[in-house]
Amino acid sequence: MKIEEIVQALGLDVKCAKDCLDREVTGGYTGDLLSDVMGNSKAGYIWITRQVHQNIVAVASLKEHSAIILINSSQPTAETMEKAEAEKIPIMVSDLPAFEISGKIYNLLTAKS
Amino acid sequence: MKLSDVKEILDAEVIVGEDNLDLEVKTAFGADLMSDVLAFAKAGSLLLTGLTNTQVIRTANVLDIAAIILVRGKKPSTETIALAKELKIPILTTKYILFETAGRLYTKGIVGCLQKVDNASGRN
Amino acid sequence: MPVAETNPNLYSGSFIIEGGNFNSAGIVSTSIKSTLKKLGIPGDIVRKAAIVSYEAEINVVSYAKKGVVTLTVEPGIVRIEVADEGPGIPNIDLAMQEGYSTADQRIREMGFGAGMGLCNIKNYSDAFHIESEVGKGTRLKMTITTP
Repeated sequence: MKIEEIVQALGLDVKCAKDCLDREVTGGYTGDLLSDVMGNSKAGYIWITRQVHQNIVAVASLKEHSAIILINSSQPTAETMEKAEAEKIPIMVSDLPAFEISGKIYNLLTAKS
Repeated sequence: MKLSDVKEILDAEVIVGEDNLDLEVKTAFGADLMSDVLAFAKAGSLLLTGLTNTQVIRTANVLDIAAIILVRGKKPSTETIALAKELKIPILTTKYILFETAGRLYTKGIVGCLQKVDNASGRN
Repeated sequence: MPVAETNPNLYSGSFIIEGGNFNSAGIVSTSIKSTLKKLGIPGDIVRKAAIVSYEAEINVVSYAKKGVVTLTVEPGIVRIEVADEGPGIPNIDLAMQEGYSTADQRIREMGFGAGMGLCNIKNYSDAFHIESEVGKGTRLKMTITTP
């Protein structure tokens, strides 16, 4: 499933790298501890977090995540936006909490496969 | 559903609260940041987290969380287990990651303990 | 001379927080919670008071040498005051901004230090006041009212 389809289905607010939404999402990872995400997430995953610091872009880029979703209406900082644009990592914002957004994406991904 | 159903859905191991599996749960909240839990989680919810220190138990106690589900096969320390027993908060551990844990529970009808966040800085 | 009115307090007591001891962090707020429960305060008020004192306690443990929490319960109102012997906050406006934090890795690994603590304290209090002096300490005053 492409990022674009998830954005449409969940009404996400795309903050940056809007031209990179045709990437394939292979799975999801929900977490707020950067070392855990570094250690355990996989390439192509969409990362769901409430961290907004620019370090999230470095993690997503290194792990080749398809995109980042910020939860609880958390807004990325200016540095985060700038870095994400440069690294071509789409960042989307949702007003849902992690549990709900993870559940919805899980359903979308399992329905598709 | 009952905590025993949660155990089954998540193929989880009960670490504290074996005699409490009849507990009824409807909602959940998942996070690794305790301040996030404190800002948004509601009484009676399941708390899904990858943290295992004693502050998870303190946070759960402060909010009257029904039970704690540790993800990624995390095992709590002996201090954490002792505190959970003292404060009577069940702990289950599942090998699933938080995304999968949330997905499986959501599919079976557990809902988020709040539907939407009005603003990023919490509710009153 | 008129006789002073009897004090309407249902409860007044103080609790010591030991700075730097993460193993005992949360003990004071757990005691506050059980104290309020025993007084028959409604559950949602108890929860608010517990959240407020817990976040404040984490702050004291994280940054200060020592802190004193004073809990006062009057009819319809719970007052929590937290005074610490810590480094103080140079810029309170900045410290109150969500996401701003000076926390080290140890605090972050426990799930705190994301710059939300003071916001949570403010949001769960019906009235919130903070004053701080660099090199001396910080004092928080919170009130929670019963509807």
